[in-house]
Amino acid sequence: METVLVLTTLLVFVTMMLALIRALRGPTIYDRILAVNVFGTKTVLVVALISLLKGHSDLVDVALVYALINFIAIVAVLKLVKMGDLGQAGEGDITDG
Amino acid sequence: MADTALDILSWILLISGGVFGVMGGIGLIRFPDFYTRLHAAGVTDTLCALMIILGLIIQAGLSILTVKLALILLFLMFTAPTASHALARSALVDGVEPQVDDCEKEKPSSNS
Repeated sequence: METVLVLTTLLVFVTMMLALIRALRGPTIYDRILAVNVFGTKTVLVVALISLLKGHSDLVDVALVYALINFIAIVAVLKLVKMGDLGQAGEGDITDG
Repeated sequence: MADTALDILSWILLISGGVFGVMGGIGLIRFPDFYTRLHAAGVTDTLCALMIILGLIIQAGLSILTVKLALILLFLMFTAPTASHALARSALVDGVEPQVDDCEKEKPSSNS
């Protein structure tokens, strides 16, 4: 049982490493944001896996909050990069439909 | 007997979820342009999260932990496609060109 959880955690760590390589190398800013998005999703999975592996069921709450904050952060960073301002809406905004 | 079957099912789900994650990572490294990378990462992200969290739900049994894991799964299923869509839209609006296969067009220009 534990072996399978540890193996899955290691596989997810490999994915995080590949995403980090793309984030460091990425030619455009959107490649970097995509890689950071993948990294954040995998962090949620690692926290959930570790909480079952070690039997600390409180850690699942951390994964839950991280999943929410990750999405908000990605959209906020996208808007900041695209518009140069978090408050203003304008032409070609990502939030105007 | 049923316990063993459930254990094996959750092992299969966990390991194949991890393998799908690694496949997405390899696609993220090796694909040639932003939109193909977005495809690799976006699709495998959702599938990997679905499989790993389903495997963990089977392991956790019936408790408050199951409800929390199901909530994580719900949020991930909503937010991962939304984030992919926002990324694709803002890249397209910002003028990142999709790489198209234009061998046909290049032939006359290389001859001339």
